[in-house]
Amino acid sequence: MELKGIGLEEEIFKISKKSEKSMKMEFKGVSLKESDFKEKKILSLENKPNLKYAWDTGVAIGRFLAELKQGRLIGRKCCKCRRIMIPPRMFCEVCFKPNDEWIYLKDKGTVNTFSICYVSWDMQKLKEPQIPAVIEIEGASKMMGILHLLGEVEPKEVKIGMKVKAVWKEIDKREGAITDIKYFKPI
Amino acid sequence: MRKVAVVGAGLTKFVRRSLETGKELSYEASKMALDSCGLTLKDIDCVVFGSAPDAFDGMHMKGEYMLDGSGGFRKPYMRSYVGGGTGVFTPIQGWYHIASGLFDSCLVVCEEKMSTLRPHPQGAFLTIFDHTLERPLEPNLLWIFALEMNRYMHEHGLSKKDIALVSVKNKKNALDHPCALLAQEITVEDVLNSEVLAWPVQRLDVSPITDGAGALVLVSEEKAKQITDKPVWIEGVGWNLETSYWTNRDLYYPKQVEYAARMAYEMAGIKDPRKEINIVEPYDPFDYKELHHLEGLLFCKKGEAPKLTREGVTKRDGDLPVCPSGGLLGVGNPIAAAGLMKICEIFWQLRGEAGARQVPGTPKRGLAQAWGDLMQVGTVIILGR
Repeated sequence: MELKGIGLEEEIFKISKKSEKSMKMEFKGVSLKESDFKEKKILSLENKPNLKYAWDTGVAIGRFLAELKQGRLIGRKCCKCRRIMIPPRMFCEVCFKPNDEWIYLKDKGTVNTFSICYVSWDMQKLKEPQIPAVIEIEGASKMMGILHLLGEVEPKEVKIGMKVKAVWKEIDKREGAITDIKYFKPI
Repeated sequence: MRKVAVVGAGLTKFVRRSLETGKELSYEASKMALDSCGLTLKDIDCVVFGSAPDAFDGMHMKGEYMLDGSGGFRKPYMRSYVGGGTGVFTPIQGWYHIASGLFDSCLVVCEEKMSTLRPHPQGAFLTIFDHTLERPLEPNLLWIFALEMNRYMHEHGLSKKDIALVSVKNKKNALDHPCALLAQEITVEDVLNSEVLAWPVQRLDVSPITDGAGALVLVSEEKAKQITDKPVWIEGVGWNLETSYWTNRDLYYPKQVEYAARMAYEMAGIKDPRKEINIVEPYDPFDYKELHHLEGLLFCKKGEAPKLTREGVTKRDGDLPVCPSGGLLGVGNPIAAAGLMKICEIFWQLRGEAGARQVPGTPKRGLAQAWGDLMQVGTVIILGR
């Protein structure tokens, strides 16, 4: 580090060094162990809030889900910035105006990034690793991807830039949900 | 805008599970900060409080619930929350309370007690994903870090070895921090051999679940001169948010951090951060994040932060000490309090009060940065003496 101390600054620094010795910092906080609870040394109350939600899909995602049920991916185009967006939205957040038209996209794309996940959210080991990925969808603008899973592929075979294709649920099992695509598999 | 000084700082120990409640942790940090500059609550005009999701505590409106522990009772009080960015954003709010001329003193308190949530605090993060398009895929928080880390590594052709050096450095630095939860001497091999959680993320790439609190006393220039002969000035602040359509942007680079940094640099009159800033405390909840953020903060070109680390530039006695505190990887990661810990560190370093962690020379200026939400927010503070 290049530091040019001129006289006065050096002085201030010395003073602070001195005061540090006289001022001993004391940090509070007591660490507990799991055994403290098992041995009932510490009392703890448990409660599980009973909350349940029903999310309305809205205009853009409502249509998107209806199209998924038909085995199609759809996006929205803004004629001003010319972006074709997926997931679709009814407004363009860049131009900040309503966007203009629905555009059908291919049900394939390119792996933008991926992970091979071996644990669940509560850190339990998974039987089979999951391969989440961001998939840039063909027909949409560059970098327009969605989150989904990869399947029918060995984890170590997955590469960024890999071309993949949606594997759909059978038509009578689709329910208008993102999971109507079971996963994407390499082409 | 008026000048604003930091004149006092307080921190609790960072622990996996604290005996103290969030309110009690807030009190301990607040009291320490006030005592450190010889003030009492009577001298404080207003209070700002930062804490991450209410879901950690199962207490809706936890800002209001914690109020008494953070000295906010019968005062102008507000709570802020921008995910992981909170610990640096809350003092920014304190700053504009005073810079605006509305108040002369402000107590800034950041608290997190993550351990309350059962069976695992990660449960709170499951609700950050889009309810319709993402949650049915059962994502967990590790995914977004793994996806970002992989994209970053791919773009620059980085190896995990390059990145592991950050974990080794920070955990070692934390050995000198009296509040540290996960201070350890480890090797790159230890990191590379640790359990793979979500490739490329392994166990030792990640900071721990933590309870803790921190606090700062901010005052106007006039007050600062009455209180101390070594005020630390807030020279610049910046914050910025990226789109919540996170699958629509390239995760290899944190643009929002750059925008936040540029805002702060302009305010502080900084042209070349690498030459004009002596200490950096970038947000490091995962080891690659320190590198990602050093690049976003414009301390080096994109993809070159691993080189700085490899060459020892970012060691505590290097040319640009980075996370001399030990960071989130070593000291711990009680979300909001973790960001504030970084500001405490810069404050103590600039005053020469960092003890065994003191960087060599007489540092004049330091930067603390945090990051969070759905990989969205960047928050930056520049302190100088």
